[in-house]
Amino acid sequence: MSARPAGAEVDALVVEGVSFAYGRGRRALDEVSFRVPAGSFTALLGPNGAGKTTLMSLVTRLFHSRGGSITVSGFDLRRASRAALAAMGVVFQRLTLDLDLSVQQNLRYAASLQGLPSRRAEARIAEELERLGVADRSRALVRTLSGGLRRRVELARALLHQPRLLVLDEPTVGLDIDSRRAIVEHVHRLCRERDLAVLWTTHLIDEVWPDAQLVILADGRVRAVGRSEAIQAQSRCANLADAYKQLTTVAKA
Amino acid sequence: MRLSLPTARADELREQPSGVQPWLLCLGGICWREFLRFLMQRGRFFAALVRPLVWLMIFAAGFRSVLGVSIQPPYETYILYEVYIMPGLCGMILLFSGMQGSLSMVYDQEMGSMRVLLVSPLPRWYLLGCKLVAIVLVACLQVYVFLGIGWLADIRPPAIGYLTVFPALMLAGLMLGALGLLLSSFIRQLENFAGVMNFIIFPMFFASSALYPLWRMQESSLLLYRVSAANPFTHAVELIRFALYGQVEPSALAYTCLWTAGFLIVAMYGYNPARGFMARTGKGT
Repeated sequence: MSARPAGAEVDALVVEGVSFAYGRGRRALDEVSFRVPAGSFTALLGPNGAGKTTLMSLVTRLFHSRGGSITVSGFDLRRASRAALAAMGVVFQRLTLDLDLSVQQNLRYAASLQGLPSRRAEARIAEELERLGVADRSRALVRTLSGGLRRRVELARALLHQPRLLVLDEPTVGLDIDSRRAIVEHVHRLCRERDLAVLWTTHLIDEVWPDAQLVILADGRVRAVGRSEAIQAQSRCANLADAYKQLTTVAKA
Repeated sequence: MRLSLPTARADELREQPSGVQPWLLCLGGICWREFLRFLMQRGRFFAALVRPLVWLMIFAAGFRSVLGVSIQPPYETYILYEVYIMPGLCGMILLFSGMQGSLSMVYDQEMGSMRVLLVSPLPRWYLLGCKLVAIVLVACLQVYVFLGIGWLADIRPPAIGYLTVFPALMLAGLMLGALGLLLSSFIRQLENFAGVMNFIIFPMFFASSALYPLWRMQESSLLLYRVSAANPFTHAVELIRFALYGQVEPSALAYTCLWTAGFLIVAMYGYNPARGFMARTGKGT
């Protein structure tokens, strides 16, 4: 599938039958399949060691998967990787900004990697920083920013090339409660206002809003997919926390 | 509620650059970042400069009386030992920074920024190539500072040599950087720099024409001579030596090109970030 299929509602991300193993060891992912519809907020929920980061590494083409396929906005990540990656923005788990460079320098570098011509890059950088309320710090060294602000800069960076899909790998790790809430709210707003599909990875249930679509991953397998009420009903639990606990502990047994 | 604005999307798509522009922008951006980081890490720069200077000022001064170098191309007269080892020390700067740079592409602190690099839509081989070019450019800058210090110390190749040495430095640097990337991708034991120093950098440096002409080595050990003659670093040093005097040594150029192409192809093929990832998280051990 190298051409974008006709019709507007192409899923932002389709993961189909993806497996992965480190070396000859145990499978980190086993036949994982799910989809992120265009413009939706999907939370990938799973305990530590469930395979979330491995999955993120496959989705962002850091690792190559042997089995299965990953499609971004209708473009196969393997066969049409250029178009697939251009349609995706990524926020990594660890901070990946250069601490000794300024916010603007970091973003200019990212824009050049996306091949944005400089005038357009400057305009996009200004726009995103403004939207995230970091415009006044654009010349500050990243080292001088708080954890929450650094995350916001990374978010701005991921959106520079106006992707259709935003992938975030545990973006709230190491943040205080207020910054966490701010980031969660901000990404939900982006999703609503800009028709942006979001794949949000976390092990924290309180980051999941009631309207989000959930994918529960444990031990390298998908345990449940759907809206939170549906998952609760399916596992006969009163709330999501119990359902999550049940689904992820069954996996370990 | 979702709003779809087909006209806005069409404008965006039209604005997407095509042709060679994104490739050049990407190369420019990567080199620019490497240069900025270099400016910020002056400590690393001085450390990289002190090493060859120690060799030049102490080692060469001590051996100057012991090791005379006869007239041999590209030199037209008898030369001092300092003059002889200058190209070898330029090679040493490239060797260290090439190894260090490419090692960091697989392991440790650069890992995070490599992830950012690799989500760029351009093909992976191109991104890795740009990164290598950027590392080598910064290393060349260090070589020029070193040559400048040499000039002050009266080691002065012809003026044209400062220009003609540049392509030789780039090619030699690319070869060594690609070799570093290849080694770190394939040999798991090379996770720390000390290992690379002992098993790669020192043998490569000493068994080469950097410190003494190969014909001298032939007198003492034929085996060592053969090893040194085959050593890619020897070809790189000879390429730099002749280029510094405005000349091209065809066989050094041919061998350096061949080694560079070979190392690059295997390094690109073998580059696997999952390896560094495994080492870090302790999985796969």
